Amino acid sequence: MAKTLYDKIWDDHVVHSFDDGTSLLYIDRHMVHEVTSPQAFEGLELAKRKLHRPKSILATADHNVPTLHRHKGIDDSESKIQVETLGENCRKNSLKYFGIHDKRQGIVHIIGPEQGFTLPGTTMVCGDSHTSTHGAFGSLAFGIGTSEIEQVFATQTLIMKKSKNMRIWVDGTLAQGGVTSKDLILYIIARIGIAGGTGHVIEFAGPAIRNLTMEARMSICNMSIEAGARAGLIAPDETTFNYLDGRPMAPSGKLWDLAKTYWKTLYSDEASYFDEEIKLHADNIVPHVTWGTNPEMGGPVSDCVPDPASILNLDGKPDLVKQASVARALEYMGLSPGMPLEGIKIDQVFIGSCTNSRIEDLRSAASIVKGRKVAASVKRALVVPGSGLVKEEAEQEGLDKIFKEAGFEWREPGCSMCLAMNADRLEPGEHCATTSNRNFEGRQGRGGRSHLMSPLMAAAAAITGHIIDVRKMI
Amino acid sequence: MEKFTTLTGQIAYLKLSNIDTDMIIPKQYLKTIKRTGLGKFLFAEMRYDQTGEVINDFILNQQPNTKILLAGENFGCGSSREHAPWALLDFGIKAIIAPGFADIFYNNCFKNGILPIKLSQAAIQTLILYSTLTINLGEQSVKGKEHTFYFAIDEHRKTVLLNGLDDIEKVLEYKSTIAAFEKKHFEKCPWLIGGKK
Repeated sequence: MAKTLYDKIWDDHVVHSFDDGTSLLYIDRHMVHEVTSPQAFEGLELAKRKLHRPKSILATADHNVPTLHRHKGIDDSESKIQVETLGENCRKNSLKYFGIHDKRQGIVHIIGPEQGFTLPGTTMVCGDSHTSTHGAFGSLAFGIGTSEIEQVFATQTLIMKKSKNMRIWVDGTLAQGGVTSKDLILYIIARIGIAGGTGHVIEFAGPAIRNLTMEARMSICNMSIEAGARAGLIAPDETTFNYLDGRPMAPSGKLWDLAKTYWKTLYSDEASYFDEEIKLHADNIVPHVTWGTNPEMGGPVSDCVPDPASILNLDGKPDLVKQASVARALEYMGLSPGMPLEGIKIDQVFIGSCTNSRIEDLRSAASIVKGRKVAASVKRALVVPGSGLVKEEAEQEGLDKIFKEAGFEWREPGCSMCLAMNADRLEPGEHCATTSNRNFEGRQGRGGRSHLMSPLMAAAAAITGHIIDVRKMI
Repeated sequence: MEKFTTLTGQIAYLKLSNIDTDMIIPKQYLKTIKRTGLGKFLFAEMRYDQTGEVINDFILNQQPNTKILLAGENFGCGSSREHAPWALLDFGIKAIIAPGFADIFYNNCFKNGILPIKLSQAAIQTLILYSTLTINLGEQSVKGKEHTFYFAIDEHRKTVLLNGLDDIEKVLEYKSTIAAFEKKHFEKCPWLIGGKK
């Protein structure tokens, strides 16, 4: 029978099928961080259970770590306890752990691929919704809660019901000079909505996806969760294999050849069935930016802020629920209908997060920043590399100097202002040009107003002090 | 986990779609290493102003005894933080009724004895006319004085809640099945055994 990529990975991991339609699914890889794991370790200990396979785990501290003066340790006492608890749990259980003074430390979803821990055809979990990032490698990867972390610790399995298959096929090629995979995923989410993928695993396919680098693919899968999907997937290909070859935790020698033979079988068969299929064209996609309080509330940078009263449902009738939520969003964002998006003043700029803090992201932002200065009206512009290794590579290329000379702050790796658990956050009313993934109310600090965009667009906003179509600056 | 069979209690309606987990429990309260004590931070930025003063007209401040929450589409979207159901439970909310839920949040509820119920927008508009509702999981029903609505739920999830089961205990009974799977799996994919140099 013809199978989708998702069907193939799922079938290869079913340990047992229960009568009620659920399955016991085997989990190959588990990433652990400080915020969602302590209660799982505690639960395990209280029940006197042991970790089933410690070698399946890679741990690091990222959500809650300071990005400044790290050599002085962690000031915030609660954060300190949380990070120390993770270190202690890893030590007790002999887990591989990159602590805050290890240069391999970074955001879980950056370091998994970077280390070659993320591999095609695996099942992978983490107590973080953006685990979908690893789907870019053809790994079935999804976020789980703390109870399920404990279950994977104890049993290496989860009881799950299979999701539906969705495919988003993208023809054409993204335009050169100013358009990135971030614009593509923001475009997709604006089209299908933040619950458009609920109950589904989305496979991204088609020529436009094939042409993307691994880093660009990761930004797309990363935000699958912002469309509500359980996971995002892209079939592995030569681009994937080239990226993984030689990474510290990737197989080598004979095992590499064996693995590659298997990985090449991981694609959706021609006649495979998708519950839902969406076809898009990449050629006309332009830089995107959000104006509202969830990732679907956005559009091309040339657009104006919409008028809630003009929002209709598919039948052409007023969509009252959506109208109310857009009206609330505009009030929160301090924007009025009809205002052009270009020109919205920016108070802070954040280049970072598991969506866009890899070396290619930093290079592209630096290409705009080079020889220019951050606008005087911008209170703070941050660059937070995704890992110590990304930071090191950027410094070897002199990117740090480009950013610092322009007036950016060059920080230590972590989640930082994407979720603002640490000291990096917005003040009430401030507008932020951000390369992260969520623009929810209060996400980057209470009362903060987030505009999601690509690293190129965020760099352009930093220089001009307002939202601008980056293509005007290239 | 506590069993969930029936629940009668006060309702509150949050007339909002896409209530995300950042709204349910803002990140500054995720620094705890415990599961308990999060109820006072539930919907913190809607319940308290910038100075920490209680916002009196927010519904959960008016009705601190709420047991059943009704809301709009796509409840619980966003992060995977289980602190969201922990905060709801600690506040006293044991059931949520909405037209739809985000997958991870939905799943997390069942791990904590909270029942998320999917009902149509129209049913919800009727149910909010009551101040108290009764939920019967066995019957899969939600009752107001004059109305009864029936909801769908996966058999597995229903059994887990009705009996207060612990998934881990259930799965540990399959220990030898898991071991047999691992043997076969690692023979097919030997590069996954250590996974690391």
